[in-house]
Order: sequence, then structure tokens, then C-alpha cells
Amino acid sequence: MRRPSGRDARNLARAVSNNPRIRSAAYQLALILAVIWVGSQFAVNAAQNLAERRSGFGFLFNTAGFGIDFTLIPYSETDTYGRVFLVGLLNTVLVSAIGIVFATLIGFLIGIGRLSSNWLIARLAGGYVELIRNLPLLFQILFWYLAVLGTLPGPRQSLSVLGIAFMNNRGFWVPALHPGERFRYVWVALLLGVAATAALGLWARRVRERTGRQNPVFWPGLALILALPLATFLAAGMPMEVDLPHLAGFNFVGGSRIIPEFVALLVALSIYTASFIAEVVRAGILAVPRGQSEAGLALGLNERQVLRLIVLPQALRIIVPPLTNQYLNLTKNSSLAVAIGYPDLFAVFAGTTLNQTGQAIEIIAITMGVYLSLSLATSLAMNWYNSRVQLADR
Amino acid sequence: MTATPQNSSHFVRRAMIAPAPPPAAPSSFFAFVRARLFNSVGNAILTLLGLALLAALAWPTVRFLLVDAVWTGHDRSACLPENVGREVGACWPFIGARFDQLMYGFYPAEERWRVDLVYALGALLLAPLLVPRLGYKIFNAALFFGLFPVVAAVLLLGGVLGLPPVETRLWGGLLVTLVISYAGIVGSLPLGILLALGRRSELPVIRTASLVFIEFWRGVPLITVLFFATYMLPLFLPGSWQIDGLLRVLIGVILFAGAYQSEVLRGGLQAIPRGQFEAAAALGLGYWGMMGLVVVPQALRLVIPGLVNSFIALFKDTTLVLIVAIFDLLGQLRAAFADPNWATPVTLFTGFAFGGMIYFVVSFAMSRYALFTERRLKVR
Repeated sequence: MRRPSGRDARNLARAVSNNPRIRSAAYQLALILAVIWVGSQFAVNAAQNLAERRSGFGFLFNTAGFGIDFTLIPYSETDTYGRVFLVGLLNTVLVSAIGIVFATLIGFLIGIGRLSSNWLIARLAGGYVELIRNLPLLFQILFWYLAVLGTLPGPRQSLSVLGIAFMNNRGFWVPALHPGERFRYVWVALLLGVAATAALGLWARRVRERTGRQNPVFWPGLALILALPLATFLAAGMPMEVDLPHLAGFNFVGGSRIIPEFVALLVALSIYTASFIAEVVRAGILAVPRGQSEAGLALGLNERQVLRLIVLPQALRIIVPPLTNQYLNLTKNSSLAVAIGYPDLFAVFAGTTLNQTGQAIEIIAITMGVYLSLSLATSLAMNWYNSRVQLADR
Repeated sequence: MTATPQNSSHFVRRAMIAPAPPPAAPSSFFAFVRARLFNSVGNAILTLLGLALLAALAWPTVRFLLVDAVWTGHDRSACLPENVGREVGACWPFIGARFDQLMYGFYPAEERWRVDLVYALGALLLAPLLVPRLGYKIFNAALFFGLFPVVAAVLLLGGVLGLPPVETRLWGGLLVTLVISYAGIVGSLPLGILLALGRRSELPVIRTASLVFIEFWRGVPLITVLFFATYMLPLFLPGSWQIDGLLRVLIGVILFAGAYQSEVLRGGLQAIPRGQFEAAAALGLGYWGMMGLVVVPQALRLVIPGLVNSFIALFKDTTLVLIVAIFDLLGQLRAAFADPNWATPVTLFTGFAFGGMIYFVVSFAMSRYALFTERRLKVR
């Protein structure tokens, strides 16, 4: 039996502090305490700074009192801030969705063009990518808005497209389509066409798996999807009114007006994102080894089958994750609309609504929350896709 | 000659074929044109379309920038077609008149030597850092990333050493663009390293905290981060603290860029072989010794191309500060467009041409450098 000495206490302390489990627990506890301390400081300060201001989410039910000149749902100045949020969200979704379609089309075209055997085409596509990627997006948005659309002629000297659509510095006027009562039959016909195509595809696959005989699906399917609604449309007596824009006095009446802010944002977003998509596509196609397509040819597949059955499935495995990333970037970048006044979520909510109500914390938190949930949902979907298409390791 | 029966379905060669001459190398210009531009009808059509496109874009651009441009003048009348008597291209006197604002904002004219001195110092320290052959990299990097920011801050802000203070709201133009880019790079790199290490940590709390932090900043657009920094951050701090507007934006940019850089760095950390960690542990190094002396230096070298690419994104993203009323190069450009003294039909295009050239040259140079380092890494 020894009496505890100072030396033993030091040894004990060293043993405890060098124990990896105790150390890791201490580090983690320290981080938790630090986060709690910073968070509580923030909360206390915010409470003090906001003592004389209104807070809470009640403002969402107050009357907004400002107009928005581009809305997808009915909206007036007497509607609430909650409705403003919805209008902005829909405008963001609109410009992002159309932008994604255009960016994908241009991006695939440029990306495949860069791999063209034609020297000039490859160089032109390369020049596009280098030029567009190296200029800031906001610079490009302002360029399209101020320099290109802003210097279009006034309404009386509008540029006319076949006499049915007009471009001037106040926007684009296009024919408006008002579907009649019987137009819903066309929708039914479209649904039928899609269902018939799906059935055809299933049947063709079953026949192929049983007998090895190939039946065409693509062209008959396309014909079904297009011809069925068209025939219904004609049979129903063309239930569609077309409202053409025309000049009356100093401005146009009739038709639909597309505001220049929307056009500038859409063009800049599509062109900018396309340059990144082009690089993604190029990398994806280059990553499929040449031997794969050669092996496909040796098996007796023709060039189109090699592309469809061998190259594309492997290239897409590489292309899709970064491609969705670019879609997400485009959606997030659409918030730059605030610089030119397109009423997207950020402009009407974090811009105008924040200015009017002064409730910075609530509004910025909601706005960040929307973008954050979008990107989290996307990365979850990506993880799921990745686990599905990943090569199985054996 | 081998005799082969006429009706046989197979053929066996019994003698070697004489070697054939190599295919003619397409070295001549015409051979190149035939092989790469006109080798099929479809390609020929594409080539002609491409040529037409090139002619439609290139010639008007050259005409606008050089041939039809106006080079001298004192106000808008020099650039109006009715005064010049011909079609007018770029109005370069407009840029000349606005050049100081575009470069320095409202930095006092008699103090601008300080900005120029900072540029010169920065260039002097950066140039040897970019050339892989030159030695003393650690010393050089310590100067550029450690000492230079302090010297630059003292010179630009003033208020000490007998330099008159210059408030940051007077700063503008390219100066602000470069300050935000540089400070964003210097500030976000250490944050990125810490986050990348944290995300790969074995301690669940630290790993989760890093993950949440990274995913949060990567999930929101930069503009909401700038709004957060400008409007929300002051509410979270004690009322007596007054943070400078530029500093607020810098904090936002650093948090945002740090999250992106940590993902680039994580790729580098993952590429370090397991044996490196084990060797460091066998040498008796602790966690920080292992990371600081063995792993991170190797990882950093691997991710230089990716880092430079994220610096390009950061440089381009600095334009967003104009939305929170800080006048960077693009902001000054937009302010210059509102000047009635220079309101002409070509003012906008001239300004965008000038600004575009600056942004393009800087980003393009960085992307070429990234490519250069990437090739260098591949050779090893």
C-alpha cells in the first residue's frame, strides 16, 4: 500500500489526458459548447437589437401594397406578403425551368461540337466555352439587359417577326393563345397517345425478349403522341382563339407581353450555364473508352445502336451528377434577377418585402431555406441516382 | 504465288506481303483542309456555316473596337454619328474620362500612389510564386499570404505611420474587385482546410458540424449570403459594434468560398495514400503533426488546379457586391453609363467591351495557369 504522491497525480492526469476516448470526447464537447455559446450570443444580441422592432412571421398575412408587373398567378397590390412569396417563387421556377431546357440544348450541341472531327466547328465551340466561362454572369446579364435589349427601338419602330411577334425596348409581344371549351379533348388525346406509346414499348420489349425480333417504337410512338392530339384538335373544330398583338397609339395592345427583364435573364442564364454543361458533356463522352464502341461494332451493332446502347448509357453515368449540379447552379444564379428587376423570389421577397417590413432575419431565413431545400433535395436525388447506376464491385 | 482453289471458302497466305509505305502525312495545308474541313458533304456544309458565322461575328467586332472607333474627344459630341459623319464604333474617350473611377473609385487622387504601390508589391510577390522552378516557395507563400495582407491593409486604409486614413466607402472599381478577390482567397483557404479536415474527422460531432456548415453555404446563392452579411449579421452582434460595409461583405465571401474550397481540398485529402498517414503515425507524429507536415502539404499540391478554378469563380462572383451597393468594377461601369455627358448610342457597348476585356484577361490567365499546373501534375 503506497500513499498517493504528487508524482502519481501527475501520471494519472497524463494518463487521462492522453486517453484517446477522453480526448475525443473533450474536443467534441468543446465544439458543442462553443456552438451553443455563439448561438446564444447571437440570440441575445438579436433580441436586444430587435426589441423595438416587430418580429415573427405575422407579416406574411399583411397587405403588400406594391405591384408586380410579371406574375403567373393573379396578384394585386391588396394581396399579402405571403402571396408575394408565392409569386416570386413561381417566377423563379419559370425562369429556371425554361433556362434549364435551353442550357441543356445549347450545352449538348456545343459539347458535342467540341469533339467534332471538323476542325473549324471544334474551334468555334471551344471559343464559345472560353469566352462565356471567363466573363462574370452578372456582367452578362447586365450586358443583355442594358446594351442589347435596352437599345432596341421604341414601340413604333418595333422589329417585327413575320408580322405576328414584335420586339422593342419595352419587351417582346407574342400572340396569345386562348384555348376554348372543347380544347380539353386535346389534352385527353395527348394522354391517350402517351399511354398507347408506353403500351407499345412494353409489348415490343416483351416480343424482343421472347423471340429476338425488333419492332420499331420511337417513330410510331412519336406519331401517336403528335398525331392523336392534332387530329382531335382539327375534329373539335380548332377550339383555340389567337390574339395577335398590334400597334395602337404609342404601344401595343393584344397578345402577351414578355418583359425584357425575363428575356435578358433567360438568355444570360442559358448561355452561361450552357458553357459549363458543354464541358460536362465533353468530359463524359471522352471518358467512355474507344474500345467500348469498337466492341459494339464488332458485335454487329450499327453506329446508332452503339451510341444508344453502349456509349450513351456509360457517358450518362458520368454526365448526370455534374449536370444536375449545373441545373442547381442555374436555379441559384437566377437570384441575380434582382440586379435588373425581374420579380423572382429574391427580388420581390428579400428585396422589396425586406425593404418594406425591415424583418431581415425572418425574410433572409425563409429565402435561404427555399434555396437550401432545393439543393438538399437535388443532392439526395443525386445520391440515390449514383447508388443506382454505380458499377457493382465484386 | 500461293495457289488457292477457286471454290474454297478459306484462304491461307503463305508468303509475307511486302511492307506498304506509310500513309502520306497530311502535312500540307490542302491536305489538312480536306481531312479536317471538307472530308464529307455534311462536314463541308458545317464548315461553310462556321465560316459564315465567324465572318458575321469577327468582322463587326473588329470594326467596332478598332476601325470605326473614336479615339479622342472631351464629351459625348465627339462620339455622335452626326458630328463624326460616319458610323461610330467604340467611344474610347468615354473610358479615358472615366478611367480613374473605374480603377480606384473615389479613392483620393493624391493618395492613389498607395494603391499602385500595393499592386506593385503584390505582383512582385505573386510572380515568383507562380513559377514552379523557383525555390523558396514556403518563404514566398508566407510573404504573399501572411505579410502582404497586413502591409496592403495598412497602406490602403491608412491612419497609421502618417498616412491619412481613407474610408472603405471611397474605394471602388477594380481596386474593390481585387481586394475582395484576394481577401476572399486568403481568408477562405485556411477555413477550407479546417473544414475539409473536419469533414474527414473520426469524431462524429466535428464531422457532422463541418458537413452541416459546408452544405449550408454551398446550398444557398452567394447573393443571399451577401444579404445575410449586410442586413442580418449586424443584428447578431452587440449593438455597439460597427462593422465596415466592405468587411461585412468580405466575411460573407470568405464563409461562402471556404465551403466550396473545402470540397476541392477534400478531393486532395482523399487522394493521399493510406500509407502516408500510417508512416506519419509510425514516426510518432500526432494528429496536427501528421496533417500539417505530411498530409496537407501533399494534398494542397494535388489540388492547385481545382483551387485556381475556384479562385476564378470567386473573382467572377465579386461582381455580385454591386447588388449590396458596393461599387466594384462592374458597379462603377454601371454608374458611368448614367453620366449624361457621355450618353451616346455606343456608350454601353464601349463600357461592356472594356469591362469584358479586363474580366476575360484575368479569368482566362488563371484558367490557363490551372491547365498548366494540371499538365505538370500529370507528367509526374
